[in-house]
Amino acid sequence: MKKIQKYQGLLYLTPWLIGLLVFTIYPFVSSLYLSFTDYNLLNRPHFVGFANYTKLFTQDPEFMNSLWKTLEYTLLTVPPQLLFALFIAFILNFKLKGINLYRTAYYIPSILGGNVAIAVLWRFLFSGDGLINQIITLFGGSPIGWLSNGFTAMIVISVLRIWQFGSAMVIFLAALKEIPVELYEAAQVDGAKKWTIFFKITVPLITPTIFFNLVMQMVNALQEFNAPYLITAGGPAKATNLTSLLIYNNAFKFFRMGYASAMSWILFLIIMVLTIMMFRTSNKWVYYSDGGNA
Amino acid sequence: MQQATAMNNQIKWRRRLNSGVRYVLLTAVALIMLYPILWLFGASFKSNAEIFSSISFWPKSFDFTPYVKGWRTGTEFTFTTYFINTFKIVIPKVVFTVVSCTLTAYGFARFDFPGKKILFGLMLSTLFLPAVVTRIPLYLFWRNFGMLDSYVPLIANTVFAAEPFFVFMLVQFLRSVPRDYDEAATIDGCNSFQILIKILLPILKPSLVSVALFQFIWSINDFLSPLIYISSVQKYPIAIALKMAIDTSSGVVAWNQVIAMSLISLLPSIILFFTTSKQFVEGMATGGIKG
Repeated sequence: MKKIQKYQGLLYLTPWLIGLLVFTIYPFVSSLYLSFTDYNLLNRPHFVGFANYTKLFTQDPEFMNSLWKTLEYTLLTVPPQLLFALFIAFILNFKLKGINLYRTAYYIPSILGGNVAIAVLWRFLFSGDGLINQIITLFGGSPIGWLSNGFTAMIVISVLRIWQFGSAMVIFLAALKEIPVELYEAAQVDGAKKWTIFFKITVPLITPTIFFNLVMQMVNALQEFNAPYLITAGGPAKATNLTSLLIYNNAFKFFRMGYASAMSWILFLIIMVLTIMMFRTSNKWVYYSDGGNA
Repeated sequence: MQQATAMNNQIKWRRRLNSGVRYVLLTAVALIMLYPILWLFGASFKSNAEIFSSISFWPKSFDFTPYVKGWRTGTEFTFTTYFINTFKIVIPKVVFTVVSCTLTAYGFARFDFPGKKILFGLMLSTLFLPAVVTRIPLYLFWRNFGMLDSYVPLIANTVFAAEPFFVFMLVQFLRSVPRDYDEAATIDGCNSFQILIKILLPILKPSLVSVALFQFIWSINDFLSPLIYISSVQKYPIAIALKMAIDTSSGVVAWNQVIAMSLISLLPSIILFFTTSKQFVEGMATGGIKG
């Protein structure tokens, strides 16, 4: 009877354990194996050693380009998104009437933003005679070929992500509410200015939340697929050909499963290294009120 | 004394001014953010020509043909089919996720067994495992089983609590529920499963609603999985059907129809969000879930 008791917990975990093996560990190992093969769905996979990797780094400028574009996209989206989220959360945290209404309004893009419909509409908004250009002409400017220029096309897909700052904002807002009011009052009594309070009290106290949002948004941005696929098709001239899109095209259009697996592993390693670097440096700037480390 | 009241007045004035500035700022930003969606709502009633010539939100006349024509689509199927397909994917996903994640979270939060720490660590690390690295082998896996072009690959992993976000969120919540409840129930002769069903489920309900809501939105938004797995038009969910609408072979996109159908496809999410927005925002805040 005691023994059954002891393993009862594992019984509840059985479905999850099966899933972990079949849907996570097996494909994880399998993709590493595939990345060392020339598998293309037609022939049996042949082991080719590091051939895929050397080819990617020495003979495939398209891949290198996609990595730089992915980093550019991440840098263009994550910091502005978090700054925006923090700034709006800071304002919303003052006791204002109707705060729930604003909170809901700002959260809507995060709920809808992932939907294909929004990507389709985005493409339309920034098209040659779309709404954005109509507004520009209204103010006397000349219309911009948003999607025909590499840099502006990158801006268009970046703005779509920044627009969805609501989820990070809601998490910030919850963290801001945890800060004891006495701290602010004490600082005010000492004559501290508002911005001093913000940078010396608010920001240090919510660094764990900033850290969490930063890691999560970074991991997501590095894997962005929908926007370049649906809005820019990776163009113009590969300017928005993010790595996820390149992997998709190689794997599911040209069926280069081995080669695409090698690409996924490089992207995975980049994501992992960046995440680990953040965790490593976090003890320098993330402040945990219980004194412990993450 | 008089000086003091003057100063008080001045402070009051500054406070009012400050909150006024905040309202103006918040409203302006909200309007800029939401105007595209508002405008598109108006645009869905406009003619194709008016869409490209008027930034006004209000259409000159209300025309429902974009909706009627858009719904019919250029294919042999209507959006009715695509909607039904979407729900055939989304509803099982939501149900399976809620059940499997509850069982898993219960196992982690309430029992001690050998290797628990390692397993919990594994669960947390899958939280950071990018999906991109497992996608290709999973495709090959389902291909071997002859399951391509079916909904099985889209749904199967939810039976096995594959979403660590939800498991983690529910574990956190269960830990905050005192164990005294369980002990009292054990004394009354309940076994562990009865404790879960009779005692913990009612307490967990708000969290489970959050899980269901998020899974619903994420599943309805999911585009890449059906793109990879579903190849026949009659099985397309809305996400793929919409993409098809802008890829028309003729090269001329009937934007008013596309906009109308896009808005309709957002409706389930919008309705759900507005009826339960409090749950969403709170679930988000307590679970620390990504968006």
